[in-house]
Amino acid sequence: MSTEDRGNRFLGPVLALPGIVWLLVFFLAPLYVVLAVVFGGLDPIFRTAVPIWNPAYWDTTQMRYVLEHIVGPTGFFGPALLRTAVYVVTASLLCLVIAFPIAYYVARLAGRWRGLLLALLIAPFWISYMMRMLAWVNLLANDGLVNRILPGQVDWLSGRSEVVVLGLVYGYVPYMIIPLYAGLDRLPQSLVEAARDLGASRTSAFFRVTMPMCRPIVVASVLLTCLPMLGDYYTSDLLSGSPQTSMVGNLINETVLTPGQTGQAGAFVLLVLLVSLLPMIYYVRSVSRDEAGL
Amino acid sequence: MSGRRTGWWRDPWRKPRILVAITVGYLLWSLLPVLVAVLFSFNDGKSRTVWQGFSMRWYWGDPYRSVWYDDSLHAALVQTLRLGIITTLITVPLGVALAIGLDRWHGRLPSGANAALLLSFVIPEILLAVALLFVVTNVALPIALGTSAQVVGLVTYQIAYPAVLVRARLATIGTQYEEAAMDLGASPMQAQRRVILPMLMPAIVASAVLVFADVIDDFVIVRYLSGDSSTEPTSVKIYNTARAAPTPALNALATLMLVTAMLAVVLGFAIYRWIGRRSGHDGGIGSFTGEA
Repeated sequence: MSTEDRGNRFLGPVLALPGIVWLLVFFLAPLYVVLAVVFGGLDPIFRTAVPIWNPAYWDTTQMRYVLEHIVGPTGFFGPALLRTAVYVVTASLLCLVIAFPIAYYVARLAGRWRGLLLALLIAPFWISYMMRMLAWVNLLANDGLVNRILPGQVDWLSGRSEVVVLGLVYGYVPYMIIPLYAGLDRLPQSLVEAARDLGASRTSAFFRVTMPMCRPIVVASVLLTCLPMLGDYYTSDLLSGSPQTSMVGNLINETVLTPGQTGQAGAFVLLVLLVSLLPMIYYVRSVSRDEAGL
Repeated sequence: MSGRRTGWWRDPWRKPRILVAITVGYLLWSLLPVLVAVLFSFNDGKSRTVWQGFSMRWYWGDPYRSVWYDDSLHAALVQTLRLGIITTLITVPLGVALAIGLDRWHGRLPSGANAALLLSFVIPEILLAVALLFVVTNVALPIALGTSAQVVGLVTYQIAYPAVLVRARLATIGTQYEEAAMDLGASPMQAQRRVILPMLMPAIVASAVLVFADVIDDFVIVRYLSGDSSTEPTSVKIYNTARAAPTPALNALATLMLVTAMLAVVLGFAIYRWIGRRSGHDGGIGSFTGEA
């Protein structure tokens, strides 16, 4: 490290410090505030949250309340949690089924069309999520285009799971295509050519060489799509608006602004954080490994 | 080469027609609904589903309910742009400095900071939004709900973009250029400013565009951290009124945001290519996906 021998030693810390302080104050410390609110008390008159900062005095009432109402006869939170899991898994799998062939085609086979196709695939990134949902609200409205083209009058926008899942797929597919494309684009073509030279057919080269190399890319892309979906509540709100399709995000959204229930919102936030922690750590580790390998 | 016309039946993978069909079908499915929504922002009538002729009524023609004259729509548009500009101006320098710093600093603290940075990139947005809402409402900080809290939230959520893009670029630059600069008498800081920073310009421009376009589309953070309706940006406006009998003015508002984002991207890409060509680093549009 000859650069560090020349008085460069302090440059790194000096440049990095503002960003590190920012992350500490506005990213890591807030997570502790969530704990203090969840394990805190309630103001008896104003029903506002009273955080308890010292872990020694933490009060588990609010957390227990949420956990006790997940399963069993009074488990009114359970269905939404289960539904979140089903929606997220279904939507992610559908995303993968749609995204993989497209990313594969654009990365490996598209030739001179690649730039244009890539620009069109990225376009949804620059169109706000709300605009894209608004587009479907217009199309699926009772007097909308879909009802006029398809036979029969269907009330699409009131509590239909399939509409919400398709909305999720529509909303999040671009977030899967792009990392898949980036990963597939980096795969060495030479290994596939070697397999073909050694007598593998196209199909068997794909399944025995390309697919195994794709696995980490696929896992990372699925994570990048699943994680934001876990906190989604607006898709269900806009495309259904019914409690029959509410997800854990809706539970957070409905409790967080209700007096006396902010602690519950915090408890759901902790639950989602716990569930997403492992995938997030996996993602961080795989990215760090890539960086180390550069 | 016999049976060229029927060959793909027997071996569908010979020419990727099925893949072409999937890709084209997907693009239609993904872009047509938005085009329809844009089209209806030019509708002459109040309907968002029945075409009644072309007009600019919902942009400025209608003296009460058009984007230009309806104060709440107007305010949402201004707030969105304000957040986009302020956040970009804070996030990009902060993220670039963080990336250069982390690249030159080895140890437990910087690698922990790097992990936190990546976590902030993938954490479900609602978790960060609720956590910051709790901070603003429970801790005595000079940050109030409204623009300042929104900017803090957005910077935290976006800082990974410039940091990750710039680190990827730094990895390809290597250390030889700044070593050469310092051999020639530059101080470490001068070497960064006069040698490394210009080489990082393409990555910085790309990340600025990414941050700006992402911020003006943001919804979760800006909604929880907005104080009242005066600081609710476009996305929140769309969410609040999409199901409650809106007029095509809402489509017009959304279309304006779309045009703004596209303009930012096209402009950014032009600058990116121009700088890239001058510094001999000619990246494609792929560098604009945020996937370093």
